[in-house]
Amino acid sequence: MSGHDSKYFSTTKKGEIPELKDELNSQYKDKKRDAVKKVIAAMTVGKDVSSLFTDVVNCMQTENLELKKLVYLYLINYAKSQPDLAILAVNTFVKDSQDPNPLIRALAVRTMGCIRVDKITEYLCDPLQRCLKDDDPYVRKTAAICVAKLYDINAELVEDRGFLDTLKDLISDNNPMVVANAVAALAEIQENSGRPIFEITSQTLSKLLTALNECTEWGQVFILDALSRYKAADAREAENIVERVTPRLQHANCAVVLSAVKMILQQMELITSTDVVRNLCKKMAPPLVTLLSAEPEIQYVALRNINLIVQRRPTILAHEIKVFFCKYNDPIYVKMEKLEIMIKLASDRNIDQVLLEFKEYATEVDVDFVRKAVRAIGRCAIKLERAAERCISVLLELIKIKVNYVVQEAIIVIKDIFRRYPNTYESIIATLCESLDTLDEPEAKASMIWIIGEYAERIDNADELLESFLESFPEEPAMVQLQLLTATVKLFLKKPTEGPQQMIQVVLNNATVETDNPDLRDRAYIYWRLLSTDPEAAKDVVLAEKPVISDDSNQLDPSLLDELLANIATLSSVYHKPPEAFVTRVKTTVQRSEDEEYADVGETGYSDSAGRAIDSSGTAATSSVNAATKQPAPAPTSPAPPVAVPDLLGDLIGLDNAIVPVDEPTTATGPPLPVLLPASTGQGLQISAQLTRRDGQIFYDMMFENNAQIPLDGFMIQFNKNAFGLAAGGPLQVPQLQPGSSARVLLPMVLFQNISPGLPNSLLQVAVKNNQQPVWYFSDKISLLVLFTEDGRMERTNFLETWKSLPDSNEVVKDLPSVVVNSVEATLDRLAASNMFFIAKRRHANQEVLYLSAKIPRGTPVLIELTAVIGIAGVKCAIKTPNPEMAPLFFESVEALLKG
Amino acid sequence: MAGAASALFLLDIKGRVLVWRDFRGDVSAVQAERFFTKLIEKEGDPESHDPVVYDNGVTYMFIQHNNVYLMTASRQNCNAASLLLFLHRVVDVFKHYFEELEEESLRDNFVVVYELLDEMMDFGYPQYTEAKILSEFIKTDAYRMEVTQRPPMAVTNAVSWRSEGIRYKKNEVGLASYVFLDVVESVNILVNSNGQIIRSDVVGALKMRTYLSGMPECKLGLNDRVLLEAQGRTTKGKAIDLDDIKFHQCVRLARFENDRTISFIPPDGSFDLMTYRLSTQVKPLVWVEAQVERHSRSRIEIMVKARSQFKERSTATNVEIELPVPADATNPNIRTSMGSANYAPENDALVWKIKSFPGGKEYMLRAEFSLPSITAEEAAPGRKAPIRVKFEIPYFTVSGIQVRYLKIIEKSGYQALPWVRYITMAGEYELRLI
Repeated sequence: MSGHDSKYFSTTKKGEIPELKDELNSQYKDKKRDAVKKVIAAMTVGKDVSSLFTDVVNCMQTENLELKKLVYLYLINYAKSQPDLAILAVNTFVKDSQDPNPLIRALAVRTMGCIRVDKITEYLCDPLQRCLKDDDPYVRKTAAICVAKLYDINAELVEDRGFLDTLKDLISDNNPMVVANAVAALAEIQENSGRPIFEITSQTLSKLLTALNECTEWGQVFILDALSRYKAADAREAENIVERVTPRLQHANCAVVLSAVKMILQQMELITSTDVVRNLCKKMAPPLVTLLSAEPEIQYVALRNINLIVQRRPTILAHEIKVFFCKYNDPIYVKMEKLEIMIKLASDRNIDQVLLEFKEYATEVDVDFVRKAVRAIGRCAIKLERAAERCISVLLELIKIKVNYVVQEAIIVIKDIFRRYPNTYESIIATLCESLDTLDEPEAKASMIWIIGEYAERIDNADELLESFLESFPEEPAMVQLQLLTATVKLFLKKPTEGPQQMIQVVLNNATVETDNPDLRDRAYIYWRLLSTDPEAAKDVVLAEKPVISDDSNQLDPSLLDELLANIATLSSVYHKPPEAFVTRVKTTVQRSEDEEYADVGETGYSDSAGRAIDSSGTAATSSVNAATKQPAPAPTSPAPPVAVPDLLGDLIGLDNAIVPVDEPTTATGPPLPVLLPASTGQGLQISAQLTRRDGQIFYDMMFENNAQIPLDGFMIQFNKNAFGLAAGGPLQVPQLQPGSSARVLLPMVLFQNISPGLPNSLLQVAVKNNQQPVWYFSDKISLLVLFTEDGRMERTNFLETWKSLPDSNEVVKDLPSVVVNSVEATLDRLAASNMFFIAKRRHANQEVLYLSAKIPRGTPVLIELTAVIGIAGVKCAIKTPNPEMAPLFFESVEALLKG
Repeated sequence: MAGAASALFLLDIKGRVLVWRDFRGDVSAVQAERFFTKLIEKEGDPESHDPVVYDNGVTYMFIQHNNVYLMTASRQNCNAASLLLFLHRVVDVFKHYFEELEEESLRDNFVVVYELLDEMMDFGYPQYTEAKILSEFIKTDAYRMEVTQRPPMAVTNAVSWRSEGIRYKKNEVGLASYVFLDVVESVNILVNSNGQIIRSDVVGALKMRTYLSGMPECKLGLNDRVLLEAQGRTTKGKAIDLDDIKFHQCVRLARFENDRTISFIPPDGSFDLMTYRLSTQVKPLVWVEAQVERHSRSRIEIMVKARSQFKERSTATNVEIELPVPADATNPNIRTSMGSANYAPENDALVWKIKSFPGGKEYMLRAEFSLPSITAEEAAPGRKAPIRVKFEIPYFTVSGIQVRYLKIIEKSGYQALPWVRYITMAGEYELRLI
């Protein structure tokens, strides 16, 4: 059935467009049709044929279905760029939606829904209304999806025209395909609206479970996915649902199977009978195993999901580890995932066989896979105490093969094994030392040096070994330098002889004087001071017993796991991230610029810089996806409880594992901020900041400018105790700052966290840290204005009563000599903007007296009386409040406000 | 968790857009193309890249077929399994239409390609992928389009895989309807370097070809232990346990769950009615042992013994044993006691072919290669490929599965004859023994 359409691509003569125009207007049908095909061909290869719009649309009224489809296709592509001309097509659309042929009726609504032009959408409503009630199920199923399309363009229209109700009626349609599409449309609308639109009741549930038996495989997936949101009332209902879903496990379509698994797992949470649960686990195992016979891409999705499933229900596949053994021809991405699951399923019972496999993999060609296999052996050693010895002997065998990267990877994992089982396997150190010369990767080097330092007393020539590294100290990467420093100190403390003493001099000198790395320098100074003041204390600190590690890599947090299991088969389960971490809704405004861009692809090459930008963001995104870490979603507008921000001082000891991850920054704009840390002080980093109040919430509006030569990342912030207990309400989200770039962020703040005792003052001390520089300290002033809450307005009577009820000792008065009030209105506006609300005004001789009220958090009222002569400098300010010690702060802030 | 694709792309081998359908207007073809070409360029071998990639807010999922990539782009949390499988189905549909899916066939048929995409996916939701039914109303021959087409009932029917009104004329022996049923079992086996079988399973498929008129109701009976025991029959030695059964969508799953009856209205033509898996330990049907001797640095000698470990009344055909040899081997000198062997340097392998290999026999191969006397010193010892074996054994199944009956009932009351064949073949048959 092969065609010869490629000939339509071949016209590249000059004057092509006018020629096409003639042909489109030809009176011969064949010529016309060929011309439209040529236009579509040109469109396909990215040529701009939008200028032929009218001519193409004129071909729309035809009996020829093929031609009609092509014209429709053209419309979908170019209507956006010619919205006014697109109206020309409306009549034909409306006519076609009433055509006797259901194919044409469906085609018309389907196409109209794809044309994202407001003017067209208006005309879509009536045809859509009709088609939703069409006699032909083919038209109804197309119309059902069209409602979702319309909702995407204009949600209000859908709700106003009552399409949602019609769509809900379609759930009871007698045709399974219509039901399935209606469910898909409703589920999407539900997700995008956030309001409860599509609630699954037990009736809908039962209807949909019946439809499940009759609809196409794709429809079954829509229904199962929608139903997995359903929460059964009790264990009995859950069991009933499961009973009706389990037959789907026998479906040939893997997506149906996975969605059924998802639903069963959801309901299983409610089922209390252990027999039933055990039985279900038994039932799910074979279908899960069979997924591994599917196409490799499907296997990949299945494996990522199985990884989640075995974390929640380890018994399901406990006896099936063999099916995860890698085949020679498996694509590398499948092998990697299989390895991960093998580690999860490894047990004392099967470890021998598993180790044999890992050993086999460690001789493969793909370096990344080999490394992962070696690391897997180490992870099994850490996980299974009784197998640790066997794991180590396999590692030693691998080291003997002397393949460079295998040796290095083995040393890295052996370091972890030492930390897991201290004082158990040190006899192998001698073997490790043989490979010392071949190490060239920082992590392996650092690991080896750590081992030497940690066990310096058992290695006869530890000093010689370390000395061999010292020569190249200045050239080593930071990671190795840090380990060398620590290892030398350990050596010195363990063997305080002459040799080590000299070494330590060299190292400390190198690490303090000759380095620009603040982490290294800080650590060296601390050691230095420790050693010079109290060597015994130094011993206690440096040689302290370390906590035993465990293998929790790739173990997900239980609540995240719950969420991911509810998302089985979806991207979320593939990424091991909650949907909000990667779902991006973009409204269609971007379309326009893209159209323009699309037009000139043929001629211009991609600009290099753009390509690079995409590339870098691509790798960053992929790697963060692979890292499978949970990123807390920022919640800038709601006062979140303060997260545990690590103690910055603690970080000097090198416990840099408490980095709060950086997410999408909350961007802020606004007037320039006062500079608090000038670039000259901050080694090129300049920080400007100011407290600000927005929408009832306090933020620290911060601007970071990187004038240093290196990129800065890993920013963290901490606030010292202060009068109002202001503290960060979330992590500081500053992206990596390239040299010469800047970022402005809004850090949500919370109150009453760590209140400093004593009289309130406005001092706010701030510490900011990043991965590259030392900690920076600077101070800021707390303006009382940002604390005034939005509910500070008082009734007049209330004001008077409060004023009377407070003793006179609570009244504080201050003259603000330099403030001039030029206009009462302007002054009141300005005060109102800071939540100081006008109560009353009184004239006394030539003086204006203003009464205002405000409230600081925890409901403390502040009653204000301002006395001024218009246009003359000097304002008398009196306040009365239960907390008169706030007064100085108040005057300071108000003076600043009225002056500014 | 609703979600659908934003766009569907067909790309050439360099990642450039051939044809695309934009469903939601929220991804850019230029950006997708830019991203994907970079990906291919960087990876060299895109096969090694995860099939799900995230870039700049968009998730791309792709598969490759010949010199064409099929890719979806999405900004939502869509069903990854469903979309990836859908891409594979798109390949099947295109293959049905154009015989082979490749860049050339897409260009030659771009009009139909657009039409098909329009029917297979709407607003990013997979809709309909039954090639046979699609070809009833989307045709490549332009002339037939002059006739007004209607969507076949099947598109929206509960029986979405079969059209009504199929008629087969009687042939010369008076038969109007037949069914061919092939029971094909693939043996997968993995033997480690100690000669231990570390994994083995059998994947079976019931492949049907139906030439039946009307809407035939079919019922298939197997020697399934669960079913026979439920019916109270003795199952001495004859019944089998099937681990996991997967059915074509035509089979009524709820009915099977209830009483293990396999009942269905089949599609017209060929399809896989069911697949099943048996994870019992299987004795390797063909066993291969190899001994490798390296004589100094110049010569390597390989001695191979192949043994058939099935009953003498069966015979394996088209046996192919692929033996890995060092990449730098030259000057092969090969002798075999049966069949012929050829050196395939492009695969670094020696391929030994034996047309007919009766049960209980043993054949030998001896090969000698020259090796270069100088080798790179630091060369990492590359992973040795396993010995791989292919074969077919007709009239034989490992599982012992038997079709007890295939009843075909159609309201016109015609007689239909089922023809059943059994065959066992090697699937992924790997012995790490060299």
